[in-house]
Amino acid sequence: MGFWEYLRSRRELLVFEAWQHASMVFQCVLLALVLGVLIGLLVYRSPRLSALATGASGVLFTVPSLALFGLLITPLGLGVAPSVTALVLYSLLPIVRNTVVGLSGVDRTLVDAARGLGMGRGRVLLRVELPLAWPVILTGARVATQLAMGIGAIAAYVSGPGLGEQIFSGLGRLGGANSVNMTLAGTLGIIVLALLFDACFLLLGRLTTPRGLRV
Amino acid sequence: MSDTVTEPAVPADRDDSAGIELIGVSKRFPGQDTPAVDDVTLSIPGGRIVVLLGPSGSGKTTTMRLINRLIEPTAGKITVAGRDALGLDPGELRRRIGYVIQDAGLFPHMTVATNIGLVPQMLKWDKKRIAARVDELLELVDLPPAAFRDRYPRELSGGQQQRVGVARALAADPPVMLMDEPFGALDPITRELLQDSLLRLQEELGKTIVFVTHDIDEALKIGDRIAILDKGSRVAQYGTPQEILLNPADEYVARFIGGGQAMRLLKFGRVGDVALRAVPEAGPGDDAAHVRERIANGDTSFAIVLDAGRRPLRWITLDDLAGASGPIGERGSGTAPPIRARDTLQQALESLIQIDHEWVPVVGPRGVYQGTVTLGTLQQALRDMRARAAGETVAHEAGEAR
Repeated sequence: MGFWEYLRSRRELLVFEAWQHASMVFQCVLLALVLGVLIGLLVYRSPRLSALATGASGVLFTVPSLALFGLLITPLGLGVAPSVTALVLYSLLPIVRNTVVGLSGVDRTLVDAARGLGMGRGRVLLRVELPLAWPVILTGARVATQLAMGIGAIAAYVSGPGLGEQIFSGLGRLGGANSVNMTLAGTLGIIVLALLFDACFLLLGRLTTPRGLRV
Repeated sequence: MSDTVTEPAVPADRDDSAGIELIGVSKRFPGQDTPAVDDVTLSIPGGRIVVLLGPSGSGKTTTMRLINRLIEPTAGKITVAGRDALGLDPGELRRRIGYVIQDAGLFPHMTVATNIGLVPQMLKWDKKRIAARVDELLELVDLPPAAFRDRYPRELSGGQQQRVGVARALAADPPVMLMDEPFGALDPITRELLQDSLLRLQEELGKTIVFVTHDIDEALKIGDRIAILDKGSRVAQYGTPQEILLNPADEYVARFIGGGQAMRLLKFGRVGDVALRAVPEAGPGDDAAHVRERIANGDTSFAIVLDAGRRPLRWITLDDLAGASGPIGERGSGTAPPIRARDTLQQALESLIQIDHEWVPVVGPRGVYQGTVTLGTLQQALRDMRARAAGETVAHEAGEAR
């Protein structure tokens, strides 16, 4: 069976798996974005806490993904739970780091001006610091999405959802019928999804970056 | 000393209750041996510009930031417009104090209009009122609203940004303004321009302004009063520009202001500060006979005709009035363009030399007549100042003033 023929015959399954993959990555990055920005907000004022937060997420990052998925089986079992946990953890690093960098990169004189105008802490954060740091935070989320796309494939190792299933089954019966087609379909599917998501991020960046900040 | 120097002419509507008092204020930052501000007592009169002048490290910015509590004092008492600043909520306090910093500090992600409208928005003004106020303020700082309100800060020049910064600080019409080296980063020409704009604005608005700078010439030009600060914000001298130029309190002040006092007097002395010549006054509706009588009682052969708003219209001489009766109406000949009270003596000298009128009226805010100046007036004023600078007695001064 040729590759195109394979795609056509498994169309429904492939579309379902691609949808699952996209949905998993989207939700995990969204969750990581919320958590990461919160962590960033808590620590960015203190250099020591900032170093601790980025350090800790950096250490998580060095754990090989296959090993992390494996380790998560014991407490969380198989399926969605370990997949989501691992993806969120991996997505945290770029988001936390960029949130801290973005917030501490906000010109202190602007914060001073905001306070001088009579803005309280919360208002300074919402009206000045976060909007100015937003392009950097968004870049963090974009990097996290690309990471989660790739690492998401390995979720199939713990029976997680997504296109990883194609790759793993293909590799599992290398030499057998359709094995190359399956691996190829999974890999290319992820690449296409990654490109689509990246395009979405470009658009989102355009839409959410105030005109005054665009270069 | 203050009794030997004429107080600057002040419009009557200035709010003297809007002053600032610092009483025994200190600030010691944690981990530093010497206080940044050491037991400072300073009284800033309402409606005036007071310049805090000192070298870097003198604590002048720290002192200013104590007033709006961007830095909390460790000791002392501060009142702003009669209210205990330390007893107010800092946010509330700051919304009543305009704050202008170097480089303007505009928020780059907001339009000019949003930047200016920030404080009114916090005060929960409705949208229409904010929009109207923004346009009004842009007009005030000489930026056409239609062209500027929707622009972003990075599309403006440094001078334009600082104008917007001033407009933003004025948005909710605070009685008090703090300006921290606002023109420090601008090129000399733009700086001069903005200084002039500020003085013109101040003439209209009469705010209590605390202005921090390390530039002695800027201080002399802008300040109604200057506080020269030494280490720990010690007030080495507090007085009018003339007092400081003529009578430096100590070696430190003398060293700080440097030489060239006489030229500086000319450059920074304002027309409003010298004793002007009084001439008889008249209105277009006054009876000719009365005006003749007034002129006869004065020591000039003419009177000045003022309109209902006391703006100078014409000179009227006894010749113009010869044989006239009833209201004087349009008689007389137009005056030269008036010299403004806030002009420097140098500017006044230039106008007097260039026009062929001997007598030129001096006007204050809104063109209101204040007195008359001649080359002789200026010469006498300079002579008096030089005499004072040379340390001579000023005993003859009292007789001369009239």
